[in-house]
Amino acid sequence: MRPAVDVKTLTIDGVDLSARADQTVLEVARENNIFIPTLCHLDGLSDVGACRLCLVEIKNSPKLFPACVLKVEEGMEVITKSDRLLHYRQTILELLFAERNHVCSVCVVNNHCELQSIAQTEGVTHVRLPYRSPKLPVDASHERFVADQNRCILCTRCVRVCDEIEGAHVWDVMGRGIDSMVITDLMQPWGESTCTRCGKCVNVCPTGALFDKGKVGSSHPKYPDFVPYLNMMREGR
Amino acid sequence: MNKIKLATVWLDGCSGCHMSFLDMDERLLELSSQFDLVYSPLVDFKVYPERVDVALVEGAISSVEDEHKIRHIRKHTALLIAMGDCAVTGNVPAMRNPFGPLPILDRAYHQNASAQQQTPCSIVPALLEKVRPVHELVDVDLFLPGCPPSADTFFSVLTDLLAGTVPNVSSLTRFGA
Repeated sequence: MRPAVDVKTLTIDGVDLSARADQTVLEVARENNIFIPTLCHLDGLSDVGACRLCLVEIKNSPKLFPACVLKVEEGMEVITKSDRLLHYRQTILELLFAERNHVCSVCVVNNHCELQSIAQTEGVTHVRLPYRSPKLPVDASHERFVADQNRCILCTRCVRVCDEIEGAHVWDVMGRGIDSMVITDLMQPWGESTCTRCGKCVNVCPTGALFDKGKVGSSHPKYPDFVPYLNMMREGR
Repeated sequence: MNKIKLATVWLDGCSGCHMSFLDMDERLLELSSQFDLVYSPLVDFKVYPERVDVALVEGAISSVEDEHKIRHIRKHTALLIAMGDCAVTGNVPAMRNPFGPLPILDRAYHQNASAQQQTPCSIVPALLEKVRPVHELVDVDLFLPGCPPSADTFFSVLTDLLAGTVPNVSSLTRFGA
């Protein structure tokens, strides 16, 4: 006999849906081909709700909720598209562009970048905030990879994949607020760190912050799809 | 039918946007029956006209001359379009912003010069402390990102504007495109 499954019913953008009680709104939306933009979420990694792009409205609540960490509830009425949400999403993207030095035209992941493509799908044609233009380091000490802080959006996918999938926990975050930076070990150069050279962080990085030295020009597609596959194989073991 | 007075302007950019504009090739002939090119690096008029309907501005604002020009252009233009990533974001010219203009001048005119090392101080305009996108100085009516925006993008946008409709830019182009 199968174990009883706890099923919840809800609506997303007016569509009646059912879901398992342990699912998030984002999971249910994606299963039903309802698009919610995300940057820090990656299938196969834990969710941290950091980027806030997946914010949705819930009927009868003045608050906005990040869909990636919002568990479904019975009778929930979710709205994923509204002028208010678009305003917040565009502002978040503009803040990301203004915070560090993103120069798409000369970036190694031009045309393979999640920040770039989400900016387009969300209709960001310019940044209304003044650019900060901070002076930030580039760590090219690793024999295979480079970490360019100018392009980092602090999604922490690298931190999570290194800890949760590779089990090495070389990456972590140092500093607070605007001074936050992803670092290797206790801020040792990447090339002198305990890095296992697996390259998972490079492939899950949504921008050109982490890239492979072997790639030139702007031909650096990323392949983050291995994470759920690895998880699946490990669970079946 | 009155022809639209079109201007194109070249500030701190590489002229790639103008090259891409020309890449419309024979489609330019089709469009040109509907506009007069009244000011542009592609034609020989030296003075920006009193009254321009549409101006395509390429390049970021990097020098005191760029700043002076863009304020003048804004005053005499009905619809100002930021053309390409330099005008829209600052792009490559703005990569000097974390360092300021002095190290850049030093690199260009001293470290990389084999003779007569000196920073030019007359004739050429002084550099601004920060390179800025056009909309940080004057109001911009339409943003056309891309490095450069493709010829197809130009054709689609100009066709829409000439027909009196607002183009959906995000469906055509993006930063770095």
